[in-house]
Amino acid sequence: MNEFQKHVEEIEGSLSEEEEIYKENILDHYKYPHNKIEMKGATVSHKEVNPTCGDELTIYLKIDDNKIQDVSFIGQGCAISQASVSMLTDEIKDKSIQEIKTMKSEDVYKLLGIPISVTRIKCALLSLKTAQGAIKNYEQTRSY
Amino acid sequence: MNEQDFPILKQKINGKRLVYLDNAATSQSPSIVIDAISEYYKTSHSNVHRSIHSLSQKATEAYEEARKNVANFIHADVDEIVFTKGTTESINLIAHGLQLQKVDEIVLTIMEHHANIVPWQEVAKRVGAVIKYIPLKKDYRLDMDAAKRLITKKTKVVSVTHMSNVLGTVNPVKELAELAHAVGAVFVVDAAQSVPHMKVDVKELDCDFLAFSGHKMCGPTGVGVLYGKKELLDYLEPFVYGGKMIKEVSLEQSTWAEAPYKFEGGTPNISGVIGLGKAINYLENIGMKTIEKHEKELLEYALQKIKTMKNVTIIGPEASKDRGAIISFTIEGMHSHDVSELLNREGVAIRGGHHCCMPLMKELGIPGCSRASFYLYNTKEDVDAFVEALQKAMKVFKI
Repeated sequence: MNEFQKHVEEIEGSLSEEEEIYKENILDHYKYPHNKIEMKGATVSHKEVNPTCGDELTIYLKIDDNKIQDVSFIGQGCAISQASVSMLTDEIKDKSIQEIKTMKSEDVYKLLGIPISVTRIKCALLSLKTAQGAIKNYEQTRSY
Repeated sequence: MNEQDFPILKQKINGKRLVYLDNAATSQSPSIVIDAISEYYKTSHSNVHRSIHSLSQKATEAYEEARKNVANFIHADVDEIVFTKGTTESINLIAHGLQLQKVDEIVLTIMEHHANIVPWQEVAKRVGAVIKYIPLKKDYRLDMDAAKRLITKKTKVVSVTHMSNVLGTVNPVKELAELAHAVGAVFVVDAAQSVPHMKVDVKELDCDFLAFSGHKMCGPTGVGVLYGKKELLDYLEPFVYGGKMIKEVSLEQSTWAEAPYKFEGGTPNISGVIGLGKAINYLENIGMKTIEKHEKELLEYALQKIKTMKNVTIIGPEASKDRGAIISFTIEGMHSHDVSELLNREGVAIRGGHHCCMPLMKELGIPGCSRASFYLYNTKEDVDAFVEALQKAMKVFKI
């Protein structure tokens, strides 16, 4: 078998259940996202853009006693990025800012429960990047 | 048409026949282009214009032969052809080289690719020049009345795309050239999307500069062209300084080689240039008129099918007149990333996102869109496969 045939072999074949990224719950979060509303009187907010596709995301946090009392977001994106932020905002409610700061990519992948290919990493992680950006803003304003 | 000439199209993607519809981003190369590049590395790989030995002589001849091919292809003279790494570099070269002064105005259009916005913004920032944008009409065509108002005696440069990489709209560049020249402005054409798909004659258009890329016209990546009228190339300052672009160098100062060589500092992309020369041979053998006619048929066939699809909105003129074979669209309730992902499962390659046209997206009030773009090797079967994959994708999202 030559290199070309091998390559063909590798990329052939259809998707298995484990490989499917458009699972029912992902599509549910995309169509009916949780916490998608502009927040009045937020302690801090932060906006990030995914430069490859132009998607924008703003996350609002209400912080009291170093804990997330309330969280919401606005913005648009693909099913993966919208499901990700919908799930993440559910997840970080009541968490301490320390807990959010130490969250890793893997934590988001675990929430999503689907395989994230290299082309969708930015979609999946925009939510965490924005949330951690908001925390950073919060800490910066407090240190002054 | 001629799809058997393209080895890459013979492969399967996810078990399905590859249907390649991302030609506005990068087109595929026929065997004769791939072979010419390989042949260069096997028989004449060396530097050009420097050494006396046989390999260098062969490389130089092949390199300059490609320059002749390009010149004939767009009806220019040989010394009016500068090799660059692509359209983006070509436009940067002009923007830098013109040495614009304070209070100069630059006129662009709202449908430009970032490659024809950002270089001008940078120059404008440095010298305090003002940029004005010709707006769109509702039918996705340029507002020529506004163009007449915006192009004034203050205008020093008018730079427009020949064909929009999003809308497919072909702009009236000849008319714009007249408006620009009537006020003494330099007229630049971004021809990245037009030169691969239609006969472009720089003398007939009467443009001062024209830029395009090899990889969108069956050639390799990393090579492009800047055409410039001889007297303007002589006036233009070099963009990249160093070896090969000089006449004489002393410790204190240097003088420049003649155009086009003063713009080709450093060792150029020799294999890329040779590949581009072959790609032009290939296109000419088929004939640009034949390619244009074939694409028009595909466009009409595809537009007809997509127009009838519920929840799909075409972003671009719906009539096929003065329009290239690029179809951008949005689907209600579905992001363009997800459309691309699901189409890829069916072996259909399209692009999603803002297509390096963020100002246009903002103007249209959309975050991005999907885009299918066709070329000479695409067929009606490709259109059918594309439409079928689109219907299947919408089913996944329950649309």
